[in-house]
Amino acid sequence: MAEQDVKRTIDAVWRIESARLIAGLARIVRDVGVAEELAQDALVAALEQWPNSGVPDNPGAWLMTTAKHRAIDHFRRTKRLDGKLGELATDAESAHTNTAENVDAKLDDDIGDDMLRLVFVACHPVLSVDARVALNLRLVGGLTTEEIARAFLVPEPTIAQRIVRAKRTLAEARVPFEAPRGPELTARLPAVLEVIYLIFNEGYAATAGDDILRPELCQDALRLGRIVAELIPQESEAHGLAALMEIQASRFKARIGSTGEPVLLLDQDRSRWDRLLIRRGLAALTRAEKLGGAFGPYALQAAIAACHARAASADLTDWRRIVALYDALSQLSPSPVVELNRAVAMGMAFGPNAGLAIVDALSGERTLATYHLFPSVRGHLLSKLGRFDEARVEYARAASLTKNKRERDQLLKRAAECARSGTSGSIPRTSA
Amino acid sequence: MRFMMIVKASEESEKGVLPPDELFAEMDAYNKELAKAGILLDADGLRPTSDGVRIQYNGSKRTVVDGPFAESKELIAGFWLIQAKSLDEAIEWAKKAPNPHGPNGVTNIEVRRLFEAEDFTKGDAVDRKRQLQEQSKQN
Repeated sequence: MAEQDVKRTIDAVWRIESARLIAGLARIVRDVGVAEELAQDALVAALEQWPNSGVPDNPGAWLMTTAKHRAIDHFRRTKRLDGKLGELATDAESAHTNTAENVDAKLDDDIGDDMLRLVFVACHPVLSVDARVALNLRLVGGLTTEEIARAFLVPEPTIAQRIVRAKRTLAEARVPFEAPRGPELTARLPAVLEVIYLIFNEGYAATAGDDILRPELCQDALRLGRIVAELIPQESEAHGLAALMEIQASRFKARIGSTGEPVLLLDQDRSRWDRLLIRRGLAALTRAEKLGGAFGPYALQAAIAACHARAASADLTDWRRIVALYDALSQLSPSPVVELNRAVAMGMAFGPNAGLAIVDALSGERTLATYHLFPSVRGHLLSKLGRFDEARVEYARAASLTKNKRERDQLLKRAAECARSGTSGSIPRTSA
Repeated sequence: MRFMMIVKASEESEKGVLPPDELFAEMDAYNKELAKAGILLDADGLRPTSDGVRIQYNGSKRTVVDGPFAESKELIAGFWLIQAKSLDEAIEWAKKAPNPHGPNGVTNIEVRRLFEAEDFTKGDAVDRKRQLQEQSKQN
């Protein structure tokens, strides 16, 4: 095997095995940063040895064994150091007595618990949201620093530094390598799901750059969401989030037009929706509902997405049900953005005036002041009412607010259409 | 990217004999591993070709040919559909699968990449689509 091929194989093995490797090691050394270094050491050993020895039959087990030896070396080293310093951390004390066999036994335990610990530690509240995002993609998703940097369009050293700082923060705050249990788990779960959905949204509605979609990032988030749902199958919201992402991802192909422009949900060619992902999404939603979680925020959003997924054509959409789901969502987690979406649904179910009433009630909201979808929705409703001059102003404002080039082009196009319709005045007013 | 890992038929599978319990358990464990890694999209087994047919095409003529079909080694008996970052990753996942024909079986699992939307956004396909759209607008 050529050296280049071995390198690629090692990259692939790392992606598959690294999370479990790091999680297992972190339980022993009680420090995610140290665990990752040990796992990296094993990786370096593979890079040195495999080009000559060939790739072992079970490369994952090889890495694990090598990392175990590194862990034992680590204990010997820290024991000497600690001895010199004369201070022994209490939780490290028991670890020092570990023999190689103990380490073996610990690592061979069910790895699922360790993965869950890794997820919760990487989403720990002592970390900034940016740090959680980077750490999750790196530790749980198995992405390289370079891949994360590319996905978020930031320089590689920025991400590298963010990860180093995050690991230091965890160590300094002495965050234990533990996952919460029972009600505390349910309480801390939203913070985990939020990080995953943030990653998904960065790929789904790219906030910067030339492309409207970064599917790779969505796939990474989807993978994290599926991992978490499998780790805690009893938590309905984990399935709710997985359902939401599966259904949203099912529209990727239809969401971009032939010249790279975004296509709105109702204008999409539904034959291009991925039926397999819809099926997976609906199945995950059913799981959430069966667990009694039909009214969690993610399950509600998934249920709304499912209404679209089930409608064979845009005019067959059950808008009244969507309005009811948004009503529930705005009671559960009221936010201007949810209200804005509710306005769209109201407009579809009961006519543009009904939608506009909600939008206009939001006009003082500070959080929406720089949100391009606010004027965009208002423009849409106004144009449906034949108020093209006002609609044009809203679309132009929306265009000035978005950072995405594709989106801006399209909003300007709509503003221009309004300008034409406004002068010709040929389109009659529609009323609710 | 998505990959299909295709399992080939054996004389037993073509006879409709289900795999022994141990292999079933190993396959189940493997499926769980793929699901836990968040990469399993779909998986299924196919009934023997004696339950299937082939539609033979010859120009505009179509003839239905009943199974079973010969050359069981090349027939498809099942598949996994996974999401991976590269062919290398898919290869490593496929290598973790239990031998589909049992511990001493001699067979292969074929790993094939699916077409993705990105494959059509650049190059000839898109140009051609655009041309067709322009034409239809003019007509």
